[in-house]
Amino acid sequence: MDAILLIDFGSTYTKLTAVDLENESILATAKALTTVESDIMIGFNNAYKELEEKLGDREVNFIDKLACSSAAGGLKMVAIGLVPELTAEAAKRAALGAGARILGVYSYELTRSDMNEILSKKPDIILLAGGTDGGNRDCIIHNAKLIAEHIKDVPIVVAGNKNARDEIEDLFTQNNIYYKATDNVMPRLNVLNVEPAREVIREIFMSKIVEAKGMKNAEKYISGILMPTPAAVLKAARVLADGTDMEDGMGDLVVIDIGGATTDVHSIADGEPTKPGVTLRGLQEPYAKRTVEGDLGMRVSAESLWEAAGTKRIKKYIPDTPFNIEERCKYLQKNVNILPSTKEEEEFDEALGMVAVEISMERHVGVLESVYTPMGIVYSQVGKDLLQTKYLIGTGGILVHSPNPRKILSAGLFDRNKPNYLKPENPEILIDRTYILSAMGLLAERYPDKAIRIMKKYIVKA
Amino acid sequence: MKKTIVIGVIGSDCHAVGNKILEHAFTQAGFNVINIGVLSSQEDFINAAIETNADAILVSSLYGHGELDCRGLREKCDEAGLKGILLYVGGNLVVGKQDWESVKQRFLAMGFDRVYAPGTPVSVDIADLKKDLGIEE
Repeated sequence: MDAILLIDFGSTYTKLTAVDLENESILATAKALTTVESDIMIGFNNAYKELEEKLGDREVNFIDKLACSSAAGGLKMVAIGLVPELTAEAAKRAALGAGARILGVYSYELTRSDMNEILSKKPDIILLAGGTDGGNRDCIIHNAKLIAEHIKDVPIVVAGNKNARDEIEDLFTQNNIYYKATDNVMPRLNVLNVEPAREVIREIFMSKIVEAKGMKNAEKYISGILMPTPAAVLKAARVLADGTDMEDGMGDLVVIDIGGATTDVHSIADGEPTKPGVTLRGLQEPYAKRTVEGDLGMRVSAESLWEAAGTKRIKKYIPDTPFNIEERCKYLQKNVNILPSTKEEEEFDEALGMVAVEISMERHVGVLESVYTPMGIVYSQVGKDLLQTKYLIGTGGILVHSPNPRKILSAGLFDRNKPNYLKPENPEILIDRTYILSAMGLLAERYPDKAIRIMKKYIVKA
Repeated sequence: MKKTIVIGVIGSDCHAVGNKILEHAFTQAGFNVINIGVLSSQEDFINAAIETNADAILVSSLYGHGELDCRGLREKCDEAGLKGILLYVGGNLVVGKQDWESVKQRFLAMGFDRVYAPGTPVSVDIADLKKDLGIEE
């Protein structure tokens, strides 16, 4: 039978998913440790062996092999803008939506020490923005000059004031800097335009970064490493929400991915106010929005999760736990491969997951502020209103393997005690039981209709 | 090259109608208008002016708390690198029946270049703006 092989070169595991195209079903999945230090194909072959065993004597002909990757640290980016709340924020959102890990966000005119700091962080790509179209040129040109002087071997994406573009292109060409220029991430004040920058980041990822990370080997065997893994998850979420010409989408949804090091939240919704009399303020929100919480994770970030949440907030979910919460979090951070073996340990992990969901959703959704005016209370909203979101979908190890994914995800729902956070009030809670979201983002590149139907089949009620 | 101006309503003030009229009138008069809308803080005005490289900031205040909301705006502009940017203010700036001349003097002392009494036709602002920015009629 004809099948497609979807590969996720993850930071820890290389995960394979074999999809039967005709029956639109998952044939088998397999995983093995990622081996990017030596040769990425060793880990791939280990996983492939396991996959072949699971496929047994079925005749499978892989007509396409598509991959995404977050190996070797993922796609690491630095975003530069002018005002922190405006073009710097817009640049950050563009990079996050492209599936990047943000190493730093810089604003205003940079200095030599900023340049040294950026260099020491070793970014894969730098996104340079600043100024609305027709607005401030001085800042982005100043920063481009500094980059041309100090940074030689990092690809630059230029997405700022269009009136500065020619000058910057000339400058970078003269200095032999690899760059791509595209549309401004904030063409007009508070108007966000992240898609062109996302697309250019992806092009550079495919043409340059894959090779730089020692994954060129893999490209001989597979058809292409198309995007960073988080971008594949966002793509899957978007296709599932929007549908295609042929296949209906599910409508507004939120995907939460709890990992060992980070918790990612993706929302596909315009986030307009759902209550009357609310004034929307601040920078426009991306329709497909991704936020990453680097301090909220189950293992590598367990201690920072405790620091962010505090003992009380974790204890709320496990009042009778025998563990000292601070010590247990520090212990988990040092022993990242530990799996819970007792009921108490399992409950502890669940509580960490719930806190990660609760806080990451608080940071992702919009906030309603009451403003007391002589005419009475009025409300101003910054960020997305997700109260009416129809689906909340969980993915990631803790959720996929937990017997209580519904309980964990419920921590992300609207809370009457904190009504200013515009979290989903009454969504249907679903779980990515077979862990296929990133694979479906890849499949959607070629076969969007099939990807939607498979997701509808395999993403189930929690 | 069109001149860019930032307009908006400052503070906890949500009078949106006049704000829209000003946007329309200034656009008609040939300005590139950046309207940050109601409920805007001093920082919102400043950030918008920086990104758009604006030539002037026009602050509206309709609910009587203008004096509290506007205090310190000139100093913050100086801090943010917008030294010498034109600052105009207008609307119902204070509550009660206060002597207009003293109100005007207070706002001028705060660093505003022009202060407009309630009921000033927008044509007056436009003419002043053109004069201050050196635009030939």
